[in-house]
Amino acid sequence: MQQISRVASQYGLDIDPHRPVHTLSVGEMQRVEIIRALLTNPQLLILDEPTSVLTPQAVDKLFLVLRQLADEGRSIIYISHKLHEIRTLCSACTVMRFGRVTGVCDPRQESDASLSELMVGSTLPDLSISPVQPGKEVLSVNNLRLASEDIFGTDLESIHLSVHAGEIVGIAGVSGNGQRELLFALSGEDTRAPVGTIGLQGQNIGHLNPLQRRALGLHFVPEERLGRGAVPSLSLAGNVLLTRKESIQTKGFLRFIGWISNYALHKQAQALIDRFRVKASGSNAVASSLSGGNLQKFLIGREIDANPMLLIVSQPTWGVDVSAAANIRSELMALRDQGCAVLVLSEELDELLLLSDQLHVIANGKLSPPLSRTHAKVSTIGTWMSGLWNTQNATT
Amino acid sequence: MLRLEARQQASVIWRYASPLLALAITCALGSALFMSMGISPTKGLSMFFWEPIKSVYALSELLVKATPLLLIALGLSVCFKSNIWNIGAEGQFVMGAIFAAGVALTAEVDSHAGYWVWVVLAGMLGGMVWAGITAFLRDTFNANEILVSLMLVYVSVMFLNYLVYGAWKDPLGYNFPQTKTFDAVTQIPKLIAGTRVNIGALLALIGAAALWLFMFRTHAGFALQVGGVAPDAARYAGFSSRRALWIAMLISGGCAGLAGAFEVAGPLRQLTPFVPAGYGFAAIIVAFVGRLHPFGMVLSALLMSMFFIGGELAQSRLGLPRSLTGVFQGLLLFSLLACDTLLLFRIRWTAKPTLHATPTASR
Repeated sequence: MQQISRVASQYGLDIDPHRPVHTLSVGEMQRVEIIRALLTNPQLLILDEPTSVLTPQAVDKLFLVLRQLADEGRSIIYISHKLHEIRTLCSACTVMRFGRVTGVCDPRQESDASLSELMVGSTLPDLSISPVQPGKEVLSVNNLRLASEDIFGTDLESIHLSVHAGEIVGIAGVSGNGQRELLFALSGEDTRAPVGTIGLQGQNIGHLNPLQRRALGLHFVPEERLGRGAVPSLSLAGNVLLTRKESIQTKGFLRFIGWISNYALHKQAQALIDRFRVKASGSNAVASSLSGGNLQKFLIGREIDANPMLLIVSQPTWGVDVSAAANIRSELMALRDQGCAVLVLSEELDELLLLSDQLHVIANGKLSPPLSRTHAKVSTIGTWMSGLWNTQNATT
Repeated sequence: MLRLEARQQASVIWRYASPLLALAITCALGSALFMSMGISPTKGLSMFFWEPIKSVYALSELLVKATPLLLIALGLSVCFKSNIWNIGAEGQFVMGAIFAAGVALTAEVDSHAGYWVWVVLAGMLGGMVWAGITAFLRDTFNANEILVSLMLVYVSVMFLNYLVYGAWKDPLGYNFPQTKTFDAVTQIPKLIAGTRVNIGALLALIGAAALWLFMFRTHAGFALQVGGVAPDAARYAGFSSRRALWIAMLISGGCAGLAGAFEVAGPLRQLTPFVPAGYGFAAIIVAFVGRLHPFGMVLSALLMSMFFIGGELAQSRLGLPRSLTGVFQGLLLFSLLACDTLLLFRIRWTAKPTLHATPTASR
């Protein structure tokens, strides 16, 4: 136990060794894995996307450790899609695409653009950011306090948040700091929020379930795709039915029994597959048979297609390949330009800095004041991720 | 070393063939059982598989027994698909019979000809009330529905005994523990004259079709299924788990109660301590052997009905214990579980790592 705590603190991987693993978030579990790997004093260390759960400062700290381990004569295989990490850390780089090696290079000699060209096979389109024209306030969260349902969860403390039409608001933070609880309260999966704390266009929605909130225009894409955002064993058509009701008949007796038109449902699913260029064998394809990126395109597409007033997305590009990620980001950007309010929670700081017009940081169940796009700097946000925004005079 | 390895994809053919293979294994094991008791396997098996279908009368008796099994199994499949484990269908069946009998006993000679409808509805209500207790305790106190529904079976049997040994005992019945025979107006209409098959059999078939439509073509059925396979997805979608609990429990309770009413107002005609004949428990096997699919359950209900009749014939004609019925039911269930395991997994021989054996694992 002491050894765990020692290694954990040595590498800045904060974790309570007494907690059962099932109560940890995905990010926290990853932290456990890193600590466990470091405990065995390895000669060859293979790290697969280790930094998604770390603050920028912790990444620097980890890199110091990794360089130290390398200097001690140990070998490290470092798998990442974050190109700047590869460029700063690695001495040799192999690029793979669809299970094939597409290039071997010295990453220190390459640029982000040349590396991503090797990865995608073509140059990625730059995300064009049009100036933000925020409309009226869509989502307002006012002094939301909520004890977590899980004893090892994070309680939310006086959350203030405002999302306007036509803007993307990002929330950064290391996983396990209240993101899960906040999303449950916003999506309606948790309806215990006190009256008056969550408003959609001035209407109090804290007590409404997800179905009712969806009817008001609040759509949500969760971070867990299989099992929450989609039912793994159901077809894509069946999964459309999870959040979309267009194929349910609206006339007379058929409406009374909630009759589903199979034809309309499959047509709707096929339209989504076509519109968002999802690689799937068709509307009958089972959700679990799709790759992470394609399923995510389908799930985000399912909600975008509903013309939401407010779209909340958690980890939009987690585990998604580079080209699909670029695709998803530009879809979100297009949605914002159409005047939809978008709230993005992510642990990928680069992504948030790229997308967000306003950026908050969540730490220990508290939400920082917003930073506008021009004021958001990695160093500031990194400090804020540890909950230290009150010590600075944040100018926004 | 034996090891189970998950298959990438289950074979489509074996998905449907696996129940047949399970049936074949059941017959093989059954034959061995008969031989060990000194009875020719053909003679023994014919009690189960030939006698129940060899004449119109035998077939009609097959339907009489299959009707309650199918009705109960249909309701149970809704529960099991919703991941709600109602094990107490037997109790809901008994309560349905008691409620139905309560109404049937109030009938008089000059009662309305459609009086049986009230009898049947009362039975349905009885089953729903009994299942509702389980749903209520699960909903309010998060009590385990497996235990509660199972325990309520014994409560319902006690209540039945209290009635037939006490309050409802027929004064002219020579002190036998039974109610008076119900008045003729409560007789459930026969489907085929001269047999004991009543319209319950037809209703069960219609119920199977209705259930298929409900589960696969309506939003409420979809919500129940999502709640069963992915509770987090159901929560995300906004499908209430409480609603699913109540719908599933009330449907299955109603079906079991209906079966009880058809049984007591159909073939039995009076309430006796022998109303609980194990249909409620056997229906669990019917539901799983039928893969929780309405049409699969029609077939498995007929099969289980054969076992019931075969067990009784084996007792009366071959002098074997009637518990043979239970043995065959159990054999079938276990064979099916084994076959289904092999459907989803393959067995691999893995040599121990210390041995220098060449891997000769057969696929």
